[in-house]
Amino acid sequence: MIVFRYDKTFEGLLTAIFDAYNRNTFPAKLLSSGEIEPLFVEECHTVITDTKKSGRVWKGLEKKTMPITRNMLSYVWLSEINGCDETIFKYIRKVFDNKTSIEMNFADEDVLQVRNIAQKVNREKQRVIEFVRFQKTADGMFFAPIAPEHNVLPLTLEHFTKRFADQQWIIYDTKRDYGYFYNLKETTEITLDRDTLTQEGKVNVDLLDSEEQLFQHLWKSYFKSMTIKERINPKLHRQHLPVRFWKYLTEKQ
Amino acid sequence: MKEEALAKLQILAESAKYDVSCASSGTTRKNIAGGIGNTTGWGICHSFTEDGRCVSLLKIMLTNYCIYDCAYCINRRSNDIRRATFSVDELVELTIEFYRRNYIEGLFLSSGVINNPDYTMERMVRVIKELRTIHRFNGYIHMKSIPGCSQQLVHEAGLYADRLSVNIEIPTEKNLKLLAPEKDHESVFKPMQFIQQGIIENVEERKKSRFVQRFVPAGQSTQMIVGATDESDKQILKTADFLYNQPGMKRVYYSGFIPVNGYDNRLPALKQPPLVRENRLYQADWLLRFYEFNIDEIVDDKHPDLDLEIDPKLSWALRHPEFFPVDINKAAYRDLLRVPGIGVKSAKLIVVSRKYARLNARDLKKIGIVMKKAQYFITCNELSGLNTVNDTSPEYIKNLLIPKKKDQKQPDLQQMSLIFPE
Repeated sequence: MIVFRYDKTFEGLLTAIFDAYNRNTFPAKLLSSGEIEPLFVEECHTVITDTKKSGRVWKGLEKKTMPITRNMLSYVWLSEINGCDETIFKYIRKVFDNKTSIEMNFADEDVLQVRNIAQKVNREKQRVIEFVRFQKTADGMFFAPIAPEHNVLPLTLEHFTKRFADQQWIIYDTKRDYGYFYNLKETTEITLDRDTLTQEGKVNVDLLDSEEQLFQHLWKSYFKSMTIKERINPKLHRQHLPVRFWKYLTEKQ
Repeated sequence: MKEEALAKLQILAESAKYDVSCASSGTTRKNIAGGIGNTTGWGICHSFTEDGRCVSLLKIMLTNYCIYDCAYCINRRSNDIRRATFSVDELVELTIEFYRRNYIEGLFLSSGVINNPDYTMERMVRVIKELRTIHRFNGYIHMKSIPGCSQQLVHEAGLYADRLSVNIEIPTEKNLKLLAPEKDHESVFKPMQFIQQGIIENVEERKKSRFVQRFVPAGQSTQMIVGATDESDKQILKTADFLYNQPGMKRVYYSGFIPVNGYDNRLPALKQPPLVRENRLYQADWLLRFYEFNIDEIVDDKHPDLDLEIDPKLSWALRHPEFFPVDINKAAYRDLLRVPGIGVKSAKLIVVSRKYARLNARDLKKIGIVMKKAQYFITCNELSGLNTVNDTSPEYIKNLLIPKKKDQKQPDLQQMSLIFPE
C-alpha cells in the first residue's frame, strides 16, 4: 500500500495529485503530517506543497470541467468531513483519466458523493445566511456568533457584504475561532480576544447598545405570538430549525 | 422605540398570523449606495415557529380595528379582543431594526379596514413609501391590497411593493355571502384585476424604456380557507387553476380552517384544523405547477375530493395503470415525472445520468428515488416489471403503500364528539 502525507491544505491536495501523476503511483490513503501510518505500508511519500504544481492541476481542471464542478469541489473541501480529501482526489483523477466529461454521471459513486456533500455544504451555507443573529454593541457594531457544522463562513461573505453595506459587522465562527469584520469598505479575516465574549460566545451584556435588549425582547415576543397553537408540530420545527443553531438564536433563548 | 410598542407588536402579530403567505421570493433587487438591504430572488426563511411555519417577513397589521364582521376572521368587529394601531414611524423603525439584525427578509403589511378601504390603503402605502424612499430600504415588501380600494392607490402601492395580494378566502360567492355578508367576490377580483392590468402594462412600458419603475415585480398571490365551508376539493382546485392561468398570479395558498370564532354557528365545529386535507391540496397544487399535470387529471366529477390516505400523484397512478410501467432508461422527462416516488430533481438526474450507461435499481436508489413506491411503476435494467401495478391490481398496491396504523397520521376529525355529563 502506498500512502501520501500532506499538510491538509487545498493547495497541498492539488500538489499531491500532481505528484501522483508525476510518479505514476496513486495513494490508497492520504495522511496529515502528524498522523500515524496504518499497517502494511510499503511506501510513504511526503508531498511538499508547491503553488506552481497545484496551479497546474487547477488549470487542467479548468480545461476539463464546468465552473459549477470546480465550485462543488471547493464546497466538498470546506465540508471538513473525514475523508473528503480522498473523495476529491478520486474525483479529479476520474476527470483526468476520462476522455469525455464524467460530471453528469450520477450513477458513478464518486460523482454522486461529490454532489451530495456539496449539497450538504450548500444547505449549511443557506442556514448560516438564515440564522445569523446580529447584536448591536454600544459602539454601533453588529456582532453575530455562529457555529456551523461545515466551514461555510467564507461562502456567505458576498451575501452579507451586499446586504448590510451600511453597517459595520462581525460574523464569528466560535467553533473554528475565526471570523470576518466589515468596516463599511471591505471584509477582513480576524481572530478575537476571548475576553470580549462570554462563555457561550456572546457579547457581554454591558457592552451592548442601550436599545439592543428591547429589540431582542420585541423579536422574541413577536416570534412567540406568531405560533398558531392549534398547529403545533415540534418535529417539523426541529427539522427546519436544527437544534444545533438554537444556542445563538435570539428567539430560542 | 418605546416599551409600549411591545404590547402593540404582540396584539398586531396575533392578528396577522393567520395569513399563510410568507414567501420572500420572485424578484431580485440590488442594494443601492447608502441604502440598506437587498432581495435575493429565491427567498430566505429566517426562523420557524413551533408549528413549523417559516418566518421570513415581519408579518404585521397596521391596525386590527375593522369595520367588517366576517365570520372566519379573528379581527371581526364583534369580537372582544385587544385592539391597537401602529404609527407609520413605529412600523418603519421596527422593520429596519429587525432587518439590520438579520431577523427578517422584509415586511408583510396587512390591515383591518378603518373608516373606508381607501383611507386604510392610503396609510399602508405611506409606510412602504417611507421605507423605500426615505430609508432606501431594498428588502422585500409584501402588501395586502384592501378589497374595494381605488385603482390609483393600487398603482401607487405597486411601485413600492414587491408583491401585492388580495385574499379570496372563500372559494364560492354563495358561501362568501353566507360568512361575510358585507363582501362579495367582485370586491376581491376588482383589485386583483387592477394589479394584473398594472403588471401587463408595466411589462409593455419596460420594453420601451428600461428606466420605467417596476410594478409589483414578484407578482400577486392569494389565499383560500379550506374546511370552513362545504366546497369540494374540485371547486377549490378549479378556482386555483383559473387563477394560475392569469398573468402575474404567482401563488395560491390554502389555509386549513382554524375555528377562531367558535361561537358562530355558521361555521363547522372542528376538533382540529383539516391539516391532512390542506397538505393534499398543496400536493395537488405542486402537480399543477411543477409536474405538468392537468387539473382534470387530479380531480373530476367522479372523484371531486382528493384521497386523504394517499397523495394525489399516487392516486392518479392507481387510477391509470395503463400508463405504467415506465421504462426508466427510455421514457421522456414528463413521463418520468408521473411515476410515484420520482420527484423533479430525481427525474432530472435520471435524464442526465442515463446517457452514460443504463441505470439499474441500485443506481436509482442511490440517486434518491423512493423505490418503495416507484418499484411498482417502473422497469429498468434488471427489474423486468414482474411486480408492477399491471401484474397485480391497483387496490393491492394501494394497500401496500398506505402507511401502517402505527405511523399513520390521524385523519381529520370532522366533528367534535359530544361529551355528556354523567
